[in-house]
Amino acid sequence: LRSLGVFIRQAGTLLFICMILILLHGSRGEIPSKPIAATILPSVKPDGGVQAYPEDQKNNLPMFTMNYPRIQIPFEITLWVLLASFAKIGFHVYHKITIWVPESCLLISIGLIVGAIMHSVHEEPPAVLTSNVFFLYMLPLIVLDFVAVFMQVLWFAVVGTLWNSIGIGISLFAICQIPAFGVQDINLQENLLFSAIISAVDPVAVLNVFEDVSVNEQLYIVVFGECLFNDAVTVVLYNMFSFVAEMPVVEPVDVFIGVARFFIVGLGGMAFGILFGFVAAFTTRFTSKVREIEPLFVFMYSYLAYLVAELFAISSIMAIITCALTMKYYVEENVSQRSCTTIRHVIKMLASISETLIFFFLGVVTITTDHEWNWGYILFTLLFAFVWRGLGILVLTQIINPFRTIPFNMKDQFGLAYGGLRGAVSFALAFTLPDTIGRKQLFVTATIAVILFTVFLQGISIRPLIEFINVRRTNRNLETINVEIHGRLMEHTIAGIEDLCGQWSRFYWKDKFMKFNNRILRKILIRDSRAESSIVALYKKLELQNAMEILDTASGDISAAPSIVSLYEEKKSSSKPQKKFLAADLKNMHDILSKNMYKIRERTVAYRGKHALPNDNHTREILIRRHVSIRRSLRPGSFQSSYFSLPAGKSLESTFPAARRSYADDHETLSEVAYPSQRSRFGKPARSSSSKAMIPLRRLGTLEEVPSTDVLNEDSSSTEQGVFRTNSSYSDSHVPRPRRLNSSFDNNNGSADDLRNVHEEPSSPPPGWAAEPRDNTARNPLLRRPQWTPKRK
Amino acid sequence: MGSRASRLLREEEIEEIKKETGFSHSQITRLYSRFTSLDKGENGTLSREDFQRIPELAINPLGDRIINAFFPEGEDQVNFRGFMRTLAHFRPIEDNEKNKNPSATEPLNSRTNKLLFAFRLYDLDRDDKISRDELLQVLRMMVGVNISDEQLGSIADRTIQEADTNGDSCISFNEFIKASFVVNIHICTVVLVLVNI
Repeated sequence: LRSLGVFIRQAGTLLFICMILILLHGSRGEIPSKPIAATILPSVKPDGGVQAYPEDQKNNLPMFTMNYPRIQIPFEITLWVLLASFAKIGFHVYHKITIWVPESCLLISIGLIVGAIMHSVHEEPPAVLTSNVFFLYMLPLIVLDFVAVFMQVLWFAVVGTLWNSIGIGISLFAICQIPAFGVQDINLQENLLFSAIISAVDPVAVLNVFEDVSVNEQLYIVVFGECLFNDAVTVVLYNMFSFVAEMPVVEPVDVFIGVARFFIVGLGGMAFGILFGFVAAFTTRFTSKVREIEPLFVFMYSYLAYLVAELFAISSIMAIITCALTMKYYVEENVSQRSCTTIRHVIKMLASISETLIFFFLGVVTITTDHEWNWGYILFTLLFAFVWRGLGILVLTQIINPFRTIPFNMKDQFGLAYGGLRGAVSFALAFTLPDTIGRKQLFVTATIAVILFTVFLQGISIRPLIEFINVRRTNRNLETINVEIHGRLMEHTIAGIEDLCGQWSRFYWKDKFMKFNNRILRKILIRDSRAESSIVALYKKLELQNAMEILDTASGDISAAPSIVSLYEEKKSSSKPQKKFLAADLKNMHDILSKNMYKIRERTVAYRGKHALPNDNHTREILIRRHVSIRRSLRPGSFQSSYFSLPAGKSLESTFPAARRSYADDHETLSEVAYPSQRSRFGKPARSSSSKAMIPLRRLGTLEEVPSTDVLNEDSSSTEQGVFRTNSSYSDSHVPRPRRLNSSFDNNNGSADDLRNVHEEPSSPPPGWAAEPRDNTARNPLLRRPQWTPKRK
Repeated sequence: MGSRASRLLREEEIEEIKKETGFSHSQITRLYSRFTSLDKGENGTLSREDFQRIPELAINPLGDRIINAFFPEGEDQVNFRGFMRTLAHFRPIEDNEKNKNPSATEPLNSRTNKLLFAFRLYDLDRDDKISRDELLQVLRMMVGVNISDEQLGSIADRTIQEADTNGDSCISFNEFIKASFVVNIHICTVVLVLVNI
């Protein structure tokens, strides 16, 4: 789910290229000739240097010509992008800054500086960022991590935004009545319109800030989801109010229409997204021969979804999110691995660029537009924005907390309220204000002020504030190693149990949906569709197939990593004299532990650094290691000690030299059965845990989360049945064995014989070993050829 | 058993489980549906594979041990009662329980029992002591591949040193309890979203 979210995030950003392309061809026609090159690259002649073809002098072929207008537009765009990207590089060179100051602030600052430069030379700002451009091109790029629809998110998004808009609007209107501020000409509708603009929390800004602040995951989801969904709300409100602002009288029926419109906007957006997602999935079903253009489909369809949504004035962000979600799920199965990687990388890159640019432009435009400043109005706007958001969050959480399993505490609420940054969305909306509104400039200025204030002040200060509030960790040095280790152990345990219980309540619906999905949707949309087990999905997601190949061919070096890393011989002395541990040692230990202990799984998309690719390394590591240990547990004699752990320092090679090789022979057969044809060497780990190898090509049946039965389940259930009487526990493993027709296992003299031997002396099995290998071998589809018919007991 | 139809949970069973574990009616039914969805063989019991099919458990470093905790000594199947009994250790502590009769047997989800659960994750051979080796094993599971054995060994030594009061170089359960005193057990309640759907 995590990479899904990340993919979504980038799915939106992919359209940057489209932006450039279309801009190049001047479809918007708003690119003025802006000789910004003057300020940046003095070498380029500002006046265009159009002496392409010296017409009059000679008829000689000109040796050296320059034709600036020809390249002007793309050239300048490229320069802007480069400049912004250099800025980004610059920030990270000096790392300390980025800890305290969110990148968005820095970018805006740079933008401000550049804008100031431009202003001073009286250049025009790049009108690249008109609102149309923004909505058509850049906004799709900002679609970000989107996890799942939570009612709470909707609650905050819709009701919260409404609350904010109306609250701010009305209070501002009240202020306007005070003659001292001189803004009496702004009527209620216009105020409401303005407040609709500035109450929209901006995902880009929030993201920028939250990435470094370790906030509670739940919080993160809610704020985030709120950002995304309030797009729908904002669009509706904005349209509604702008329409209304021009009307002299507001009638109740208009309000109803507005509400209905909201639903149309939101749901319509989702519907379009899903529709396009399906179309894309369907298309990619047939692209097996034209792998190179697969990424193109992904991008184009997403963008189409966005544009069509804009066409109907429905929530385009929702459209693109749902499109990307749908595509991610289905398309990922149809396209090749390379295409997936390509898509991911391209989107990452585009995301990076677009976010950079947006803030950059914010800065530039801030300086270069004409501002109308009104102290009273603007200050009160700031005040009200803050106050109303805080109030809103307070009230809303009170209402919703009883329904939550983990209620939001005060700290969370503070994070929610404080983290509501405004950003680019408001900015663009302000720009689109119709000119009929008398005080447009004031609104624009006020919006910019709010944005800058929230991004800078709140953005910079949220981190120390959260840390301050978060102080509940005792002084590290007082914490004993014991506590650190056992605490983490408990956390892992809890996480495990939670996963075991299938935590989220929507699990029930997910089951139902998965049934439908497997039965119908996948058949239509996916090329080689077979119902997939979630373990397999996990593997694919973690790209573990390749890792497993490496694991096999590298002689289990990963498992041996500890011994590689360790430069010392492992001392096997059983009793050590009491060592004295210095304080420095202790500190060292704490450091080591905190850096190296696996964190508990993140349930949702954890935003790990703005443009980092998803880091599944730990997860992979864990999975690989466990595989090795499980695989090793198939070996006789080492069950007890090695089943549950990686013997420290042992390499696979040293312990099981011979037997291992025999497995290697099985690769062809193993992999064929174990995995779809693409994976040639899925190899051993497939066998070690039955659950993973459950996609036999020959439709032996698959394992699903859904409790439906199929062939394989029949097999497994039959073998399970006679099995679990303690002493005869080995009998099961031998029931299938004689039937096994494949020669592969016969090669595996070691384990086969040994297991048989163990069977002969049914002493009480080592506790840990019990079911594991037996079930592995029994249930492994590799060891069961299609010809084998399970014997029912 | 062998019957393919999933058994419905009878009321008396629910009552019994409720008494034994303290879960509420809706929680029990919810968990039962989870149990049946995991039970691919539909024979009313879960095996280790059924647990291993859960992908999140697969990427949990302690996954194997957690799974093992569900299976009583030497057995390979766990029925619903056993399942619930183990889960009961993690049932959130209700407020009204705090006033219960103190002479009643300790509820399964008491702090001590939770710690016992954790203790057993370490103590594989059930000799009621965590030896250095057992500790090392668990540490190795929880830690990335970049730690050398030496370092891990020192950490294990230090752990034992801190906790061991009777000098036998092992951690007994009582020592474990004392050493874990600060561990914030009350956060270690599983927040089961047991909405009555």
